[in-house]
Amino acid sequence: MTPELYSSLSLALPELIIAGGALVLLMIGVYSGERANSTVTGLAVAILIGAGAWMLLFGGTGKAFGNVFVSDPFAVFMKVLMLIGSAVTLVMSVGFAKAEKFDKFEYPVLILLSTVGMMLMISANDMITLYLGLELQSLALYVVAAINRDSVRSTEAGLKYFVLGALSSGMLLYGISLVYGYTGHTGFDAIAATLSGADRQLGLVFGLVFVLAGVAFKISAVPFHMWTPDVYEGAPTPVTAFFASAPKMAAMALMVRITMTAFEPIAADWQQIVVFISIASMVLGSFAAIGQKNIKRLMAYSSIGHVGFALVGLAANTETGVRGVAIYMLIYLVMTLGTFAFILAMRRKDGNVEQISDLAGLSTTNPMMATILTILMFSLAGIPPLAGFWAKWYVFLAAINANLYALAIIGVLASVVGAYYYLRIIKIMWFDEPVGGFLPMAGELRLVLGASGAFVLFYVFFGGPVGRVAEAAAKTFF
Amino acid sequence: MYQAIVFLPLLGFLIVGLFGTSLGAKASEYITSGFLVIAAILSWVAFFQVGFGESEVFTVPVLRFIDSGSLQADWALRIDTLTVVMLVVVNTVSALVHIYSIGYMHHDPHRPRFFAYLSLFTFAMLMLVTADNLVQMFFGWEGVGLASYLLIGFWYKKPSANAAAIKAFVVNRVGDFGFILGIFGVFVLFGSVSFDAIFATAASYAPVEGAHEATAAVFNFLGYELDRGAALTVICLLLFMGAMGKSAQVPLHTWLPDAMEGPTPVSALIHAATMVTAGVFMLARLSPIFELSHTALTVVTFIGALTAFFAATVGLVQNDIKRVIAYSTCSQLGYMFVALGMGFYSAAIFHLFTHAFFKALLFLGSGSVIHAVSDEQDMRKMGGLRKLIPTTYWMMVIGTLALTGVGIPATIIGTAGFFSKDAIIEGSFVGHNPAAGFAFIALVIAAVFTSFYSWRLIFMTFHGKPRATADVMHHVHESPPVMLVPLFILAVGALFAGVIFHDAFIGEGYSEFWKAALYILPENHILHDFHGVPVWVKLAPFAAMILGFGVAYQFYIRSPETPKYLASQHRGLYAFLLNKWYFDELYDFLFVRPAKRLGTFLWKTGDGAVIDGLGPDGISARVVDVTNRVVKLQTGYLYHYAFVMLIGVAALVTWMMLGSTF
Repeated sequence: MTPELYSSLSLALPELIIAGGALVLLMIGVYSGERANSTVTGLAVAILIGAGAWMLLFGGTGKAFGNVFVSDPFAVFMKVLMLIGSAVTLVMSVGFAKAEKFDKFEYPVLILLSTVGMMLMISANDMITLYLGLELQSLALYVVAAINRDSVRSTEAGLKYFVLGALSSGMLLYGISLVYGYTGHTGFDAIAATLSGADRQLGLVFGLVFVLAGVAFKISAVPFHMWTPDVYEGAPTPVTAFFASAPKMAAMALMVRITMTAFEPIAADWQQIVVFISIASMVLGSFAAIGQKNIKRLMAYSSIGHVGFALVGLAANTETGVRGVAIYMLIYLVMTLGTFAFILAMRRKDGNVEQISDLAGLSTTNPMMATILTILMFSLAGIPPLAGFWAKWYVFLAAINANLYALAIIGVLASVVGAYYYLRIIKIMWFDEPVGGFLPMAGELRLVLGASGAFVLFYVFFGGPVGRVAEAAAKTFF
Repeated sequence: MYQAIVFLPLLGFLIVGLFGTSLGAKASEYITSGFLVIAAILSWVAFFQVGFGESEVFTVPVLRFIDSGSLQADWALRIDTLTVVMLVVVNTVSALVHIYSIGYMHHDPHRPRFFAYLSLFTFAMLMLVTADNLVQMFFGWEGVGLASYLLIGFWYKKPSANAAAIKAFVVNRVGDFGFILGIFGVFVLFGSVSFDAIFATAASYAPVEGAHEATAAVFNFLGYELDRGAALTVICLLLFMGAMGKSAQVPLHTWLPDAMEGPTPVSALIHAATMVTAGVFMLARLSPIFELSHTALTVVTFIGALTAFFAATVGLVQNDIKRVIAYSTCSQLGYMFVALGMGFYSAAIFHLFTHAFFKALLFLGSGSVIHAVSDEQDMRKMGGLRKLIPTTYWMMVIGTLALTGVGIPATIIGTAGFFSKDAIIEGSFVGHNPAAGFAFIALVIAAVFTSFYSWRLIFMTFHGKPRATADVMHHVHESPPVMLVPLFILAVGALFAGVIFHDAFIGEGYSEFWKAALYILPENHILHDFHGVPVWVKLAPFAAMILGFGVAYQFYIRSPETPKYLASQHRGLYAFLLNKWYFDELYDFLFVRPAKRLGTFLWKTGDGAVIDGLGPDGISARVVDVTNRVVKLQTGYLYHYAFVMLIGVAALVTWMMLGSTF
């Protein structure tokens, strides 16, 4: 084994752990049958935690496999977020799996495989790595979306996601080929080096548009968001929670990396695209959510809107902007996980409910749940001093510093419109006539919801250290 | 001691106001009434100490109130003869009204609130009369306004009571606006709001004989550059505007009759004896300033005489027993202002002092009547009550005797009104200002009317045949002792306050009694002159009183048909008087309706259509429109989704291409 290969393997060890673990778990599942679900889930969570811990404790920084794989502070930051998302959603699925006959051991295995793909996306430093990671992730997600194969809605959601995902993959691949054609490289560093000397070529810009469109599909930014509401609503709730958390981290990291490294020399071009999809996402997310009655669908539009806000930071193309994106994704992750823990706990005797009207009068029937969800909703709406306010604060600050006044103003206005539907949920919980409470929350959901609420409520006290970590991550590109 | 006098009512208010419901009505009544009785006794002690003792003006500091730049206002009690006279009036009447209310409000479920308000009012009034500076006085001024508002609207479920409370508050705002401008003016002119500092500087503003050259302008009012004399006049008139509002002088009198919607003890305390005299007190307190402005005093005289005459004419035809007394109050306040306008401050305060006794007596007496006839207030539905409630009857007669000023001219035998009111009428005859002649005639005519409507009230209520239903007559009963004892005490005051105190207030004992509390210019000889008026002037009020009594006796005892005949013969005049000279209608036309129209316009068009329509409502409606369209985009068809994605890419590519070529 050459020293170079050895160091490459050690850099990619977390990915290898998870990939290997996924295969082992698959074997365990196959041989122990249906009963294995909880064991497999538990082991999967352990593997994720182990991989994350190894990465934090022993993971170095550097490039591997001939510059196609990179590990740097930004990658570590986003990988940690992504691993938290995967692990927590797995934990949250346990109770649901039992109650809803959803206890298939394939689910944790698929989550692990998709996690490997996402880690590759985050660490990709080459168009080919990017594509492979993205496809590995997507293939697992297509299956997961349709995993409840007896449900028409779930299979429809999976199929829609698959077809549109294939379309977006095609666009991405087409974009990559254009970029390769005009620069002669697939590595990000080499592409950047070629572009920095050359004139702006229209064909390359075409490639840029197609590549960004492919990635925008993954973060469900407008106009590539159309799958989101249907899939969020149709997929089983733990799957939706996963969709809303981990893949968003990975795709956003990819978006940041690709624009900050490969396309850095043509920032003026991609900034316009990012501004466009950012505004479109913020506005559409805010307006369309108002019309929703299903809380999962509402969260779909909410996530579209939040992606738009996070992109505001990216559009600034500055260090503070990237830091804003990193902080935004962290806070968004926590709020989303907390909210989905709540949604998973919306259980009555006759099963789970998903309508917003089912929350009526929750403050009298389950005051604790109602209080924490109220905190989360205020945070999602961006009310100070909760975490959601600081998330928006940093990205808008970056936009203002970069003289993107119009973008910041539109963003603030969109958040005002968006505040309506979050506040409406609060109003329904506190002021409407009770329609009957929910069953007591499962322990793990209670833990996630409580931790999320506490994080959001007390973020103001530990925002400083978090900000410094994010700043270190953002320094990667500057 | 002075702190106790002032703060005992506050303590009572706080205890009963905060814990009244848990203490219960009985305890609330005893606490507030007990404190007030103590305060009243202490006030009398203070009255004799200060008024008939050796002590000079002194102040009792309480705390530092405002200290901002050159504006400094302490919270201190200024104790001089004027203050202790007011302390006696306020605390005595208030204590008696508290006690009386225990009986009168017996059936009301909200007694703790009522007594808390009464004590709050008393405290605010004490703040006003003990004020050491204009800011503190304004605090008390507004405090009594607030308490008056709360008490008029005490029965807040009655729309008429609410309307009356709001009317009183709003009309007083007009006056207070002038008052506060006056305070600003005083501060600009004298550089201080403290009475001591103002009075010390005021002397330098005195008009100097022969100094005709225009002095330097010191004050700019509405664009006019005013010299010292003119500035002083403007300030005095502004301050007087405040007094007009509080003391119900034409044209700011309209709230007082409506204020009778409040419980009767409130009318006796606030709208007869104390609060409405605040304006009189303020002018007396500021006599060192007012004395320097001849013009302002002329205006005061004119307004006072007009009010005395106007209110007396309206009182002639009113049928509501409390409204008759309310107009009478208005009219008597007019007398006091005439006296102030003459520079005859001591007579004004003397009349204030005696008036408090007999007017409170009349009000509480009428309350006793109302209580007896099952809350009926219309005199046309009374009559023949003399036999049934004899004690109340005699108390009312005593009050009427005092109000009409019964006494034997040129002797010292007479009721309270005989001394104070006649002194004012005589003073107006010898007064040296352009309105004095008018004032004298108006006051004498008003005295005739006063006598007439007072006896008309007695005759209609107590004499003749009963006009109430048999059911009501059956239930008529004398009031309990807790209501009658205050009447007795007030009756003693109404009968003897004049004969006992006239020497000190306006006679030989003037300077020993008042010391430096009131200021008059050296060339103002009214104190001396009013003794030397011709005999016919001395006899005029007496004759007026007799004439009024005779006419009333003729109209309501001997031939009760005459008033109806007269009313039908002079329909226009009767309607004019019955409708209070159409003041309310005029204000309604001039102010209320335009204000409402403007308000409706701003509400419907300005706020509703423009601001809401283009603002919140419009925006939210557009948001809903956009939402509905956006939701429709989400069709559920796969090819629509794919189409949107391709459109998106195409749009971006097009944008990039155009961006590169342009």
